[in-house]
Amino acid sequence: MTTQKSEKVDIRSSDDVVRVRQAARTLALGAGLSLVDQTKIITAASELARNTLDYGGGGSVLAELVEVAGRRGLRLTFEDQGPGIADIEVALKDGFTSGKGMGLGLGGAKRLSNEFSIHSKPGEGTKVVIARWK
Amino acid sequence: MDRIPILKFGNALLVTIQVDMHDRLATALEEDLTSKIVDANAKGVLIDISALEIVDSFIGRMLDNIAAVSRILDADTVVVGMRPAVAITLVELGLSLTGVKTALNVERGMALIHARLTTSESEDDDAEE
Repeated sequence: MTTQKSEKVDIRSSDDVVRVRQAARTLALGAGLSLVDQTKIITAASELARNTLDYGGGGSVLAELVEVAGRRGLRLTFEDQGPGIADIEVALKDGFTSGKGMGLGLGGAKRLSNEFSIHSKPGEGTKVVIARWK
Repeated sequence: MDRIPILKFGNALLVTIQVDMHDRLATALEEDLTSKIVDANAKGVLIDISALEIVDSFIGRMLDNIAAVSRILDADTVVVGMRPAVAITLVELGLSLTGVKTALNVERGMALIHARLTTSESEDDDAEE
């Protein structure tokens, strides 16, 4: 796997959520994703950026344009040093929320991506990686 | 702070969202619209989202809230101009905006609001007879 382009965005305020969407859009265009696929991955990025902000207490995202075996795609790695998630299975269910949201963020982001992985431990923060391929 | 302009158009309010909305802007719009419905005695709210490249759960919830509040204040909300890719993504995200009326464009949205106005006016006439 090679990374052709990358951009790191700090997520500290709701303006940064907009910045994450813009970074995802630029790289999704670069990866040659279709309009629907672009829309899906940008929406997923927006959900995860807001999770990072609201539940993780802020963090960052690394947006990468990657190529594997001639296939281009967009990979986004969200990291925070927040309280972490005790039960990931439960957190992925639609309608589950520990805050003020609708509980669609994690499950929705998973459905909108081709690849999804999450690592989290209580007290040690959360890392979510999603990818969408052309 | 930035605000999204709300135009009065007959007895309807027209909002055209032309910027990539951050969350505070969305919350401010919700508040502004609510007071404007009362001030303008509006019977309909038309929200044009044709410029929006994405609608995530936060903006979706804002649209749902606006529709619910305006219904209580006796005004109809119609969301118009949603891009096809946005519609596909919203459904996959798990948001079907069940409380929100939609129309393909501003013209059809206005027609929806006017249709409801004429029906309720003729009902009033019937009551007077």
